[in-house]
Amino acid sequence: MSNICKLYRLLLRVDFNPHPIPVTVANFKQFFPRQVVESSGNRWDMLLLPPVLGLIVLLAFAASQMTRPYQVGTPIPLSLDPWVLPYYLLRTTLRMFIALGASLIFSCAFAAIAAKYRAAEKLMIPMLDILQSIPILGFLSITVTGFIALFPGNLLGVECAAIFAIFTSQAWNMAFSLYQSLRTVPPELREAAYIFQLSGWQRFWRLELPFAMPGLLWNMMMSMSGGWFFVVASEAISVSNQNIMLPGMGSYIAMAIEARNLHAIAWAIGGMLVAVLIYDQLFFRPLLAWADKFRFEESNGQNAQESWLLTWLRRTDRIQNVGLKFVALLERSLTFFRRDYDGTSVRARQSTPNPGLIRAWDAIVAAIVLIAAGRLAIFIHSEVGWGEAGYVLLLGFYTLVRVMVLIALSAILWVPIGIWVGMRPRWAGRLQAVAQFMAAFPANLMFPVAVMLIAHWHLNTEIWLSPLMVLGTQWYILFNVIAGASSVPTELRYAAQNLGLSGWLKWRRYLLPAVFPSFVTGAITASGGSWNASIVAEYVTWGDTTLQAHGIGSYIAQMTAQGDFPRIALGIGVMCIYVMGVNNFVWRRLYELAENRMHF
Amino acid sequence: MKTETIVDLKHVGKSFRSADGTARAVLEEVDFTLHEGEIVALLGQSGSGKSTLLRIMAGLIPSDAGDVRYRGQPLYGPARGIAMVFQSFALFPWLTVQQNVELGLEARGIPPDERAARAEKAIELIGLSGFEGALPRELSGGMRQRVGIARALVVEPEVLLMDEAFSALDVLTGERLREDILELWGSGTMPTKAMLVVSHNIEEAVLMADRVLVFASNPGRVRSELRISIPRPRDPNSHGVRTLIDEVYALMTVTRAGRAAEPAIEPSLTDRLPEADVISMEGVLELLAKQPFNGRADLPKLVEESELTDDELLPIANASHMLQLTELAHGDIALTAVGQLYVAGSNALRHELFGKQLLRYVPLAAHIRHSLEQEPSGELREEHFLKLLSDSMDAEEAERVLRVAIEWGRYGEVFEYNYHTGMIHLPEEDVEPPKEETAV
Ligand SMILES: Nc1ncnc2c1ncn2[C@@H]1O[C@H](COP(=O)(O)OP(=O)(O)OP(=O)(O)O)[C@@H](O)[C@H]1O
Ligand SMILES: [Mg+2]
Repeated sequence: MSNICKLYRLLLRVDFNPHPIPVTVANFKQFFPRQVVESSGNRWDMLLLPPVLGLIVLLAFAASQMTRPYQVGTPIPLSLDPWVLPYYLLRTTLRMFIALGASLIFSCAFAAIAAKYRAAEKLMIPMLDILQSIPILGFLSITVTGFIALFPGNLLGVECAAIFAIFTSQAWNMAFSLYQSLRTVPPELREAAYIFQLSGWQRFWRLELPFAMPGLLWNMMMSMSGGWFFVVASEAISVSNQNIMLPGMGSYIAMAIEARNLHAIAWAIGGMLVAVLIYDQLFFRPLLAWADKFRFEESNGQNAQESWLLTWLRRTDRIQNVGLKFVALLERSLTFFRRDYDGTSVRARQSTPNPGLIRAWDAIVAAIVLIAAGRLAIFIHSEVGWGEAGYVLLLGFYTLVRVMVLIALSAILWVPIGIWVGMRPRWAGRLQAVAQFMAAFPANLMFPVAVMLIAHWHLNTEIWLSPLMVLGTQWYILFNVIAGASSVPTELRYAAQNLGLSGWLKWRRYLLPAVFPSFVTGAITASGGSWNASIVAEYVTWGDTTLQAHGIGSYIAQMTAQGDFPRIALGIGVMCIYVMGVNNFVWRRLYELAENRMHF
Repeated sequence: MKTETIVDLKHVGKSFRSADGTARAVLEEVDFTLHEGEIVALLGQSGSGKSTLLRIMAGLIPSDAGDVRYRGQPLYGPARGIAMVFQSFALFPWLTVQQNVELGLEARGIPPDERAARAEKAIELIGLSGFEGALPRELSGGMRQRVGIARALVVEPEVLLMDEAFSALDVLTGERLREDILELWGSGTMPTKAMLVVSHNIEEAVLMADRVLVFASNPGRVRSELRISIPRPRDPNSHGVRTLIDEVYALMTVTRAGRAAEPAIEPSLTDRLPEADVISMEGVLELLAKQPFNGRADLPKLVEESELTDDELLPIANASHMLQLTELAHGDIALTAVGQLYVAGSNALRHELFGKQLLRYVPLAAHIRHSLEQEPSGELREEHFLKLLSDSMDAEEAERVLRVAIEWGRYGEVFEYNYHTGMIHLPEEDVEPPKEETAV
C-alpha cells in the first residue's frame, strides 16, 4: 500500500512539478544521446565562447574595411574624436598581427635555409645585418609606389605598404633569433633526431622550432614594441611624394601632432596603455605561459610565467578541441613528410662539396660585395659628393656619442636599482613585468610633451632631445638586470654575507660581476633600439614647430621628408656602418668577456 | 651460437681538424666486427676515441678511411636497425614520455594507434607504466634513462649502442638499470641481436660483455681483446669475475708503448696529463702505504677501499706513475722509494718532493718553469702554452691539460697562476704566499 503511495507521489512529482530536483550534470547526461552531451562543452566553453566569437567578428569586420575601393589622392576621412579610437586601435592591431604572422613565416623560411645551406648562409647573414640597420622609412620610400600599383583602385595596396613597413620593423630580429637557435640546438638532441630517422620537416617541428620557441617569443615581443614605435611612420605615409593617412592609431597621433591637440595626445596615450595591457594579457602572457614547456634548462632564475587566460582555455572543452584539431593536422603532416630511406641507401651518401666550388662561390660573394661597394662609391661621388659623405660620417659620430653616453647613464641609473630589486624575490617578479610593459609602450607618444617642455624653456636641442632616444629602450637594461640579479645562486649570496663583503668591494667583486652578462644582453638590445629611435628622436615635430638635433637620425628623417633618394641611401649606409661597427667592436667583445670570465 | 656479422669495420680511420686547421688522427686502422648474439664493451682512456667509433657505427659521422658496413651494405648515415642510448639521455624536454618514446615510430610514418600500442608495450617493458603523460623534467635521472632505453627499443633495433648510458646516474640506479637490461637480453623479449657498450666502469664491462675491447689512445686503436664466457648473471664477487677485472686493470694501465714489457717511451711535452686531483692523489697514496696494502695493492681492491670510481682512480694511478711516485704492473700499484718518502714526509716535504718529481718527469711543467725563469718579471700569459698544446690537441683538451699542469705546479710550488689576469708566474718565495683570489 505505502509502496503504491510512494510511486504515485513520485509520478506526480515528475509529471506535474516543472522543477522537481536540480539537474546536475551526472543525471542530466543519462537522458541524452552521447553526441549531444559531449558536444555541449563545459561552463568554461560557455564563458569563453562569446568573447572568442566576438573577436572573430571584429577582426573580420576590420579585414573587410581594408579592401574598400580607394583612389590615390582622395583623402580618407579621419577624426580626432576619442570615440573612434577603439576602431582605429582595431585597424592598427590587425595590421600588426598580419605583419607579425608574415614575420613569423619569413623567419622560419629564412632561418631554415640559412642554417641548412652554408653557401646561402654566407650571403644571408650579412644581408640580415644590413637589413636590420636600415630604418623603416627607407623601406617605405622604396616600396610604397609598387604596392599601390599592385591593387589599383583599392585600399589594399596602401594597407600592404603599411603592413610591409611594420613587417620591416619586426622581422629581422625574429629571423636572427631563430637562426641562432637553429645553430645552437644541443648536439645530442640533433644526434637523437638523426638516429631515429627524423626527416627535415619532422626535425623542424619536433626539435628545432620547440627549441627556438622561448627566444622566438621573446623577440616577437620586442618586435611588437618595435612595430608600435614606428606606427606613425607606417600609417601616415608621407614619403616619395605620397601623402596618405590610413585609419589607425598612427594616423590619429600624426593628426594630433599636426593639430597641436594635447587632448587627443592624452587620449592616444591612454588608448595605447589599454592596448598594450590587452596585448600583454590576451596574447603574450598566455603564449609565454604556454611556451614554458619549451624551456630547455632545468632551472633558471625566472619564475614560470602564469596566465589566467591560458588556464581558462585549458579548462575549456570545445575551444581546446579546435586547437587540438590543428595539432592533429600537423602531426598528420609529420607522418606524411617522412624519410623513405635510411643510412644504407645510396641516397644518404653525402657528396663531399667540391672545394673548388666553395672557393668559386666565396669569390662570387666577394665580387658582389666589391662591386656593390664600388657602385656605392661612384653613386656617392656623382650624386652627393665626398664632402657630404664626410659630413654624414661626422653626424653618425654625434649620434654614436649620444647613444653611448645615454646607455652609460641609464646603466648608472638602472643597474643599482635592478640589483636591489632582483635581490628581493617578492618585488622582482612584479617589477620585471612592469619593466617589460614599459618597454612595449611606444615611447614616442611622449615626444610631444618633451617638445613642449623644450620649446617652453628654450633648452638646447642637441642635449635635451637625446634622452628621447633611450626613453623606450632603457627598460631592456632594467629588466635584464633584475633577471640577472634574481638568478644569483643562493650559495654565492651566503658566501658574500659570510665574508662580510661590503661597500665598494662588494659591488666590484660580487654584485657587478654577477649581473654583468645579463646587463650586456640588455645593453645590446637597448643600443640597437636607440639607433633606430634616433630617426624619430632627433627630428621631432609638434604642429609647425620642428626641433632638430645634429645627428644621423635627423639627417635621414629630413631627407626622407624631402624624398631625396641618394641622400637617404647615404644616410642609411653610414648608419649601417656605425651599427655594425659598434656591434662588432664593443658589444661582441663585452659579450665574449661575459661568457668567458663571468659566469657561475 | 650463430655468428652472423651485423656491423663490420675494416681499417677505419678518422681525424678531426683542430682550430688551426691541422688534422689530428683520433682513430687509426680500427678493425672491428659485431656479431649476432653478443654484447661487446669498449674500454679505454678518456679521449681515446671510443665515442667517435660508436658514432661512426651509428652513422652519425663518416669515417675518413676504411670501410664501414651494416649487413653487408655500406653505411652512409644512421641505419634503421641501429638505435642508441645517450649518456645525457637526449630526451626532448617538450615531449611527454609517451611522445618521446613514439618519436622513432612517428618518423617512420606508423599510424597513431599502432604507435601508441607499441609505445605502451615498450614503456611497460622498461617499467615506466603510469608515467606516459609526464614531461622528462618531472622524472629522476634513472627514470629518464629508462625513457631513453624505451625510445631505442620501441623501434626494434638489431643493434643497440650505449655510450656511457649509466654513468650520469648514481651507482645504485645505474646497477639496477644494467641488471634490468641484462635480464631483458637474457629473456629474449628484446628484438635486439647485439649490443655495444662504451663504459668507464671496468666492473660493469666485465659483468655485461661477452667481449671486452681495450682502446689505446693517440691515435685510438684496439689494443687488446678479452673474451668472457662466464654465463650471466655474473656474480661480481666470484673468483672468475675478480680475476677478469684484474686482467682488465692490467690491460688498462700498461704504459703507453702498448706492452708492459717494452721500455716506456720518452715522455713528451704534449702528453695528455691524466686528470688527477692532487688532494685525492695524496689520499690514495696514504691509503696505499697503510694496512692492509703496505705499499702494494691490487687496483680493484684499492678502488673499493678508496671509495673512488674507476674513472677517478685510474687517472690518479697513471699520474702517480708518471711522477714516479708509484709503479704500475699487471694491475698492481706499488709505492716507489720516493713515494714512500713522500707519504712519510711532512706537508712541506711532500710539496717539495712533488715539485721535484714534477720538474723531472713532466716535460710540460719543466718547460713552463724554464720559460718563466727567463722572464725578468717571472710571468707569462697562459695563451703561450695553450697555443703550444693546441698544435697537437683541440682547444678544449689543451685547456684541460694546462689546468692539470697548473694544479700540479701549484701543489709542487713550481709556479703559480692568477685566474683574473690569466698569467702564470713564479711563486713569490720569501714574500708571504700569494692570496687566493676568489673566482666569481
Ligand atoms: N667533432 C669533433 N671535432 C674535433 N675533435 C673531436 C670531435 N669529436 C671528438 N674529438 C676529439 O677526438 C678525441 C676522441 O674523442 P672521443 O669523444 O671519441 O673520446 P672518448 O674515448 O669517448 O672519451 P671519453 O671517455 O672522455 O668519452 C678527443 O680528443 C676529442 O677531443
Ligand atoms: Mg665518450
